[in-house]
Amino acid sequence: MNTTLTETMPHAPLQTKSDETVLEISDLKKSFGDQEVLKNVSLRLFKGENLAILGKSGSGKSVLIKCIVRLLRPDNGTITVLGEDMGALTGNGLEALRRKIGFLFQSGALYDSMTVRQNLEFPLRRMKKAISRKEIDEKVKSALEHVGLPETLDKMPSQLSGGMRKRISLARTIVVDPMIMLYDEPTTGLDPVTSDEISSLIDAVQIKYKTSSLIITHDIECVRATANRVIMLQDGEVYLEGTLDTFEKSTDPLIKSFFK
Amino acid sequence: MGLVLTIQSRPALLNFGAVAMLPGMVAISLIKEMGPVITALICAGKIGSGMGAELGSMRVTEQIDAMEVSSADPMRFLVVTRVLAATLMIPLLILYADAIGIAGSWAGANIKGEVSFVLFFSQAFAHIRFIDFFPAFIKSFFFGAVIGLVGCYKGYTAGRGTESVGIAANSAVVIASLGVIIVDLIAVQITDMVTP
Repeated sequence: MNTTLTETMPHAPLQTKSDETVLEISDLKKSFGDQEVLKNVSLRLFKGENLAILGKSGSGKSVLIKCIVRLLRPDNGTITVLGEDMGALTGNGLEALRRKIGFLFQSGALYDSMTVRQNLEFPLRRMKKAISRKEIDEKVKSALEHVGLPETLDKMPSQLSGGMRKRISLARTIVVDPMIMLYDEPTTGLDPVTSDEISSLIDAVQIKYKTSSLIITHDIECVRATANRVIMLQDGEVYLEGTLDTFEKSTDPLIKSFFK
Repeated sequence: MGLVLTIQSRPALLNFGAVAMLPGMVAISLIKEMGPVITALICAGKIGSGMGAELGSMRVTEQIDAMEVSSADPMRFLVVTRVLAATLMIPLLILYADAIGIAGSWAGANIKGEVSFVLFFSQAFAHIRFIDFFPAFIKSFFFGAVIGLVGCYKGYTAGRGTESVGIAANSAVVIASLGVIIVDLIAVQITDMVTP
């Protein structure tokens, strides 16, 4: 019998960092009109690590993550994902690289007009064209079991709670076996217990699917539970980069205001 | 439409002793102009606002972004399908509305007088030529395309806040309705130029 990831995983950040870079951002700039949202942001995500991007609302975190999957086009700078320059890719090349990236949206972004089953089948059918009906059913069932919600298969998103929607959204992301996971505010708007469960799931996904994860958040408990390394963004720039310990011991007033 | 037109036109035609022309007049009015335009305007309100609101809501809740990162082209999945559906189905709806309108006209004719269904329809269609029907049918495809394109465009390009969903739905109805009237104006000019 399958057990859920939350049941099997300890709730603590993992130490699986390697020196292999899976995502590298160099001198990234992005402006909206006169407002400069990202100013020369550079960072690296190593294979197998959970990197948390911390910052106040409006510090450019969500813009950064959307630039990575090219939902937004940066004004300047390069984004290299699994050795390929994201900015130079178009058409099939961009689609192929996006298949290796999972994106958990802040709102969950489940398709309202589809059942949970159809929501999970949609990316599978798009990304794995030669997949059989039996394989689809198995993968959908397995992904739902891993997030602990196999009974929701034929429910509509409107019948689910906020936490369940987040879990289903995570299942939709992992169902296609991504190599890199991008989490946009995974615990925002959830109660502490559900936030804790989502944080555990992030760790569990990292182990089971051997993913490298970039977690955009302002939830310190989520950072404590998941991050191997932390980067703080402030006014569109990298303010501080280091381990969780570096941040916990910092005497900087801004850092302390987050970690108090 | 047909019933109201019949009830309102009958007294005037009776004064001129031309009540026998009533079925033909109503049928031509409905098929050439009233059926297509009024049905398209209703569709602009119902379908245009629906598309604007649905796609706008999908934009706001990041569903369109989710589709894009799933390697699915949202333009193909969400826009092309809706525009095609509107373009192909609204003409059929217009034909249906024309038929219901003429049937309503027969009902209207029977309120004050008595005319058989077969006689009414044979008189109605005796006055309609293919050249009356064809341009009206063709322009209804353009009505459908305009409604689909405007509704989808407004929804797809909606802003990020929930307020933008209402704005998208509202402006989709206004612009699609205006588009229908402009297309009708152009279609009438072209029909007038090419038909004897």
